Amino acid sequence: MRESGSVRRSRGADPVIAWLLLLPAVALLALFTHYPAVANLVHSFYSTPRANHPSTFIGLDNYRNLVEDPVFWKALVNNLWYAFGTIPVSIALALLMAVWVNGRVKGRGFLRLAYFTPTILPMIAVANIWLFFYTPEYGLLEQSLGWFGLAGHNWLGSRDTALPAVMVVAIWKEAGFFMIFYLAALQSMSPQLAEAAAIEGASRFYFFRRVTFPLLMPTTLFVLVNAVINAFRMVDHIVVMTRGGPDNATELLLYYIYEIGFRFFDSGYAAALTMVLLAILAAAALLQFGFLERRTHYQ
Amino acid sequence: MSTLRASVNVTPATGRPFLLYESDRASRALETLGAWILGVLWILPLLYAFWAAFHSSADSTHFTLSAPWTLANFVHAWHAAPFARYFLNTVMLVTMVLGAQLVLVTLAAYAFARFEFRGRGVAFALVLVQLMVMPDVLIVENYRTMTALGIKDTILSIGLPYMASAFGIFLLRQTFKTVPRELDEAARVEGCGPLATLWKVYVPLARPTYLAYALVSVSYHWNNFLWPLIITNSVESRPVTVGLQVFSATDQGLDWSIISAATLLSTGPLLIAFLLFQKQFVQSFMRAGIR
Amino acid sequence: MGRTIKFLRVLARAATALFVALCAAPALAQAPVEVPFYYPVAVGGPITKIIDGYAADFEKDHPSIKLKPIYSGSYQESIAKALTAVKGGDPPVTSILLSTDMYTLIDEDAIVPFDGLIKTDADRKWLASFYPAFMENSQTGGKTWGIPFQRSTVVLYYNKDAFKAAGLDPNHPPGTWKEMTADAEKLTKRDASGKVTQWGVQIPSSGFPYWLFQGLVIENGINLMNAAGTEVYYDKPETVGALQYWVDLVNKYKVHPPGIVDWGTTPKDFLEGRVAMMWTTTGNLTNIRKNAKFDFGVAMLPENKRRGSPTGGGNFYIFKKSTPAQREAAFEFIKWVTQPERAAQWGIETGYVAVRPDAWDTPEMKKYVEGFPAAAVARDQLPFAKAELSTHDNQRVTKALNDGLQAALTGSKSPAAAMKEAQREADRLLRPYR
Repeated sequence: MRESGSVRRSRGADPVIAWLLLLPAVALLALFTHYPAVANLVHSFYSTPRANHPSTFIGLDNYRNLVEDPVFWKALVNNLWYAFGTIPVSIALALLMAVWVNGRVKGRGFLRLAYFTPTILPMIAVANIWLFFYTPEYGLLEQSLGWFGLAGHNWLGSRDTALPAVMVVAIWKEAGFFMIFYLAALQSMSPQLAEAAAIEGASRFYFFRRVTFPLLMPTTLFVLVNAVINAFRMVDHIVVMTRGGPDNATELLLYYIYEIGFRFFDSGYAAALTMVLLAILAAAALLQFGFLERRTHYQ
Repeated sequence: MSTLRASVNVTPATGRPFLLYESDRASRALETLGAWILGVLWILPLLYAFWAAFHSSADSTHFTLSAPWTLANFVHAWHAAPFARYFLNTVMLVTMVLGAQLVLVTLAAYAFARFEFRGRGVAFALVLVQLMVMPDVLIVENYRTMTALGIKDTILSIGLPYMASAFGIFLLRQTFKTVPRELDEAARVEGCGPLATLWKVYVPLARPTYLAYALVSVSYHWNNFLWPLIITNSVESRPVTVGLQVFSATDQGLDWSIISAATLLSTGPLLIAFLLFQKQFVQSFMRAGIR
Repeated sequence: MGRTIKFLRVLARAATALFVALCAAPALAQAPVEVPFYYPVAVGGPITKIIDGYAADFEKDHPSIKLKPIYSGSYQESIAKALTAVKGGDPPVTSILLSTDMYTLIDEDAIVPFDGLIKTDADRKWLASFYPAFMENSQTGGKTWGIPFQRSTVVLYYNKDAFKAAGLDPNHPPGTWKEMTADAEKLTKRDASGKVTQWGVQIPSSGFPYWLFQGLVIENGINLMNAAGTEVYYDKPETVGALQYWVDLVNKYKVHPPGIVDWGTTPKDFLEGRVAMMWTTTGNLTNIRKNAKFDFGVAMLPENKRRGSPTGGGNFYIFKKSTPAQREAAFEFIKWVTQPERAAQWGIETGYVAVRPDAWDTPEMKKYVEGFPAAAVARDQLPFAKAELSTHDNQRVTKALNDGLQAALTGSKSPAAAMKEAQREADRLLRPYR
């Protein structure tokens, strides 16, 4: 009937329809993402309004304070360690778990449920249980170390072990969740591939490295996006387990923003901190977006 | 990993079936062991929650098998806080957010994937901004907005900032782009308008993406804590996460038995649902072929 | 096509219904004076029931007032909620918040002083009826900003059975630092491998270590801040000496668990017999009494240069953004709920310290103390008690101290260096208020 290409076909009406389709999403995004982000940027140049000192323009003072604030630097460094520690380990474990429960391992049903528990139990609830695991003297970890005759340790109460201890909780939470996506991807792979490889005499590990893993790349990227976001977002267990202590050893950026904004009520400084977190996330997002966009054949 | 590598080395590249079989069996046994160790570790918090919830506070930290079982913690927790209401709130929240997300995200992704219009690039970039400017980070400003709208302390106010999801739009746009244009055109030839084409051609083909996205979304809002904590005040709007935290944060010290009972009460329905429908759930998820 | 439209229509209807359901809820009749009231406790539980009961009784006496308790979680969450609500323009009329939040609330212009509401002689007499130690945290600049209600103090709990087992007199708790050290040394038990199975004493150091530390500082002769809330004394020799003692309990005498001791698990540690003496709030009395499987005692904190403890807990505040009628109504309720009989009943039911001396003279209270003398320890300690650490920019100035304390206790800094740093940070924060 008409010439090829639905895109070319009706230039007159299409833009209107397109904008109508976009309208609800764009309106909500403008209200709850763009406007607050801009407002936040503006507020970061103003002092925090107090009763007898109304908010005034102070230029870069909030940022200057930031540079001089040792707790901020501590939180930043902690958060980077937290990200570098939790992201690769949780993704690797997720993959391992998925491969296992995808295979013919004994007790697959139980294992699936076990790996799935972190998705059902909210972090905030489970943090209290982890608190018991880490409790000195009679906590679960102490009791089990005791069976092996090992000395106890105050895991959350020492500066060197507190951050790794909360990272373990984050890994527990993340790996179980990511496992599902890997499992789904593995299930959709053709079993003939593996059979053919086995006949060829390729070892399972070789097959995994050369065939399975590359085929899982899209899933890995999908999971990676989530993992990066979560590395800067997941602070719920900090609220319960350490409140950033001891001596800021587990202080993370978002938790520090919450403290500054909602406990110290310094909204100007919180705005400057928020800008830093946004900058980090922006950098991470641009990097990932570069990856994702290059992969035009999603699915 | 090193054990796996070792087994590879034992097997000659030429591959004698017998040898391969031997080492394969050894490594499989090792893997089973590993899988079980990991599985036990992963389910441990849940197992402990069961132990503590069904034992008195004094027995909760000792694992003497003869300790008497009790339901008192559940009774106590049930009377101490409206967990049924919290659970209902969370279910309403998650359903509302997911429903709104699916509709908004579908429409927007379709526009970006298959329409040519001026400003598309800019609009898409503006949407992607949310990938980094997450609502979780903008808590102070969004609180002001909610107050201005007069909807603070409602379930709607918890969900509203998340309803337009850049992540979803991006994901779905990628999927829609892979839909062959011929299908689109065929539908139009049959007289379908844009919405009908979307509904009949694109949505069915994108089912796996929808499922994956739904799981991310539900898990996210089921677990979300900081924003609901700030925006809610009353029993009528608090989700389970906030309810649990408000319940367990006392100045009088922790009682793991009661907290565990409360955790099981408020996550129990989901847990049971998963146990009952585990097979169907995992299978449908997998049959959809999410990658 | 038709299916699409039908689908959308159903969806729209569902959305509308949801919207209406969610929005309609808060709209209520406006007839009586409504007084939203934040209460810092988890929803449900025994305390909620008591407060609900008070609200109902009060409304019976005052039908023109509608009290609306809102259970807002822990103190931390409640102040966050209250101040966020102030910024959002929708604060409660009255709330119980930490007494230490007074300066913050004043600086945020969130509250009004009670002076404008106190008009009659009866009111003035009522105001004078509270323990002076509690009023220290309620008044500044000649005005009264808070009314004590849910107040507590730090006491020492000790395991009498453990005392007996160690050859100590179970009816003679340590009265001085020296005695506490000596007792703790006897109470610390190690197994064959040298692993400690029972610690002598434990002072929690997570969350808000400054509060318990303040007990040590007061006993060492000074308090941590001035009355105007503009100066702190973190690096005074008395303060450093107090911290040195705490660190010595860990490192030198080895009678106190190392690292940071969690506040939330401390009562459990005590109940488990892992520690023979603990410092914690009087608010724990009911919990320990209910769950201890051994004979336990409660004592005043040991003295060094003097006896002492900080007070703690919450005050009533009245928020500025309210109508005069609402303020009057809230004031009426606060007076009503702090009457001696009710203060006594509150103390008995919750374990908090009844806030006025005459509450302890009520027949109900006398009977209670007779049957449970431990309850009176807090009262007897009150004459020695001092105001809890509270300054302008309170949370941050306090965090500076908390960080310093945790640094010293985890061994990354010496007590003197840690306190010097905390002082420098606090001075920087407080400069604008001087």
